[in-house]
This record gives sequence, structure tokens and C-alpha cells, in this order.
Amino acid sequence: MNIDPTSSKSAFWLGYRDNIPFWLIVAPFGMLFGAVATEAGFTIIQTMIMTAFVVAGSSQFTALTLLQDGAPTLIILATSLAVNLRMAMYSAALVPHLGRAPLGMRALFAYFLVDQSYATSINAYTDNPQMTLIQKCRYFMGSFTCLLPIWLISTYVGALVGAKIPPEYALDFAVPICFIALSAPMMRSLPHFIAALVSMGGTLIFISAPYSTGLLIAALLAMIAGVQTENWLKRRTDND
Amino acid sequence: MTDPLKIWIIIFFLGVGTYLIRFSFLGLVGDRKLPKWFTQHLNYVGVAVMPGLIIPFLIWPDATGGTLDAPRLIAAFAAFGIGIWQQSALWSVIAGIATLYTLMFILG
Repeated sequence: MNIDPTSSKSAFWLGYRDNIPFWLIVAPFGMLFGAVATEAGFTIIQTMIMTAFVVAGSSQFTALTLLQDGAPTLIILATSLAVNLRMAMYSAALVPHLGRAPLGMRALFAYFLVDQSYATSINAYTDNPQMTLIQKCRYFMGSFTCLLPIWLISTYVGALVGAKIPPEYALDFAVPICFIALSAPMMRSLPHFIAALVSMGGTLIFISAPYSTGLLIAALLAMIAGVQTENWLKRRTDND
Repeated sequence: MTDPLKIWIIIFFLGVGTYLIRFSFLGLVGDRKLPKWFTQHLNYVGVAVMPGLIIPFLIWPDATGGTLDAPRLIAAFAAFGIGIWQQSALWSVIAGIATLYTLMFILG
């Protein structure tokens, strides 16, 4: 995909368009959350405020599950926040691209920093190094404008309809397929593949680490593996 | 029945905490220059986080009581392969959903 460097309007719509496929995933995921939350004793108001304020489905599910298990408040918060710590890495990865935007805008972007907006934006920025700061901002805005309404509406529908979604729809698959679709276009080179393999292996090795921090350990190791492979390839071509 | 106050406390602190996590680098670092070794590692954030998120869902799917499930595994490979080949999230999603539903239909 190529972005016209003179147009910032088209950058917004590209961000919007690139996120449309995730309607197929965000909608069932939101419905599922709405249904499970009301089943767990949340009122519709509580469900909607949580979904609009937190905007991070997997941590919301984690909190619900622990609430139903009767876990203490502090444990629920620590575990659910640990699920979201990966977003600090997304936040850092966006600094080279969006760091020069005004503070107010960065504060707004932080609210909308989800897996999809991070992944689609970083892919577009990498594919189009000529993009200007304004275009990068517009693209990011387009990505979350596309998904936030779907997330809110589907949660609401799920909360109204309740737990009537039949298991044959295999909604549990929405989460893995979402992350597969987000990461597949990132596989640009051997170092990226190596990093992905280390990420998967590391997660399995550290699966029983407390508060689901295994993923974070695995992610750090995977980043190091990616950079080391990149440097090794560079040294090899330099020596030729 | 869960205590409504507990629910509100969790909603509030989970929301504030999650926002601060997201704001962290983007908000506080701003346009200051990050060291080169650091940004080099940041190029791998996506591929370092997302595959790790996927793998427990594939090996221990809740829907099957935590046992390996052929349709889900094959659908995952289809989604991943087509996604890389087409460099497209759309085709990845379509390939994954189509493969899963077809296999579930055939295998009953």
C-alpha cells in the first residue's frame, strides 16, 4: 500500500480501512465480554463504563474471572494490569513515530493504544518511511475510529442478549486469530521469525510465572534474539 | 453476588492503571531521542509479544477443555501462512475463520 505524501486525509482513511478486517474479531469479542460481565453480576452501566474506560478486552476478562473466583481486590488488579503491561512496549515502540506530536494528542493516543491500533500503525509506518508526522497521527486516529464504536456497541449488545451465544460459533478462536492476523504481516525477515519463535517458546517455558508475567519475560528474550540475529546477519554480510 | 463497591474499585483502578501504562513512554519521553540500541529492540515488540499471546490459546483451548484441537490448530496455521503470504490481516482473518468452520463442519 502506498500513501500519497501530500494528503493527510487519505492517511486517516487508510488507517480506518486497514482495521475493518478486525470488525470480524472485535464484534464477537465485545459481545462475549458483555454477556460474561452481566452473567458475573455486573449491571449494564458497570459493564459499559468498564469497557469504555479500560478498552482492553483480555484484561477485562481476567478481572471478571478472578472476581468470580472471589480473589482479593489487590490480586485482581495486579494480575489484570500485568496482562496490559505489554502496552508499555507498544507505547515505547511508537515514540520514534508519534513522539513529536503535541502532548494533548499523545495523551489522546494513549487512551486508544490497543493491539490493533499499534500493530496496523507500525506496519504502515514501516512500509511507508516517507510518511509525515501529521500523516502518522491521522493514520493512528483512523485505526481507532474504526474499531472503538464496534467495541462499544458489541459489548452493549452482548450485555443485553446475555449468554445466549451457542458454542458452535467457536468464539474462543477470536482472540488467537486476532493476534495471528496482527503479527503475520510483521514477519518481514529472518530476525522477525526468530523473535516470534523465541516468544512462543519462552511463553511456554515461563507459563507458570506469577501474575502472567511469563509473556513479558518471553517478549524481552524475543526482542534480544531478534536484534542479535539482525546484528549477526549484518556482520556476516560485512565480512563477505 | 459481588459487592458493587468492589466492582467499582476494580473498574476505576484497572482503567487508571491501564491508561498510565499506555501513556508511559509515549507521554513522558515525547520527542526526546531514544538510544539507538533501544529503538533497535523496539522494532521487534510486535513479533515478540503477539506470538506469545497466541500460543496458550492454541495448545490449551478452553472450548475443548484444554486439549489440543485439530481444527483450531490447522486454522491457525492457515491464518498465519496466508497472512504472511498476502501481507494482509484481512486475508489472514478470512482464511482462519473459513478453515475453522469448514473443518468443524466436516469433522462434526
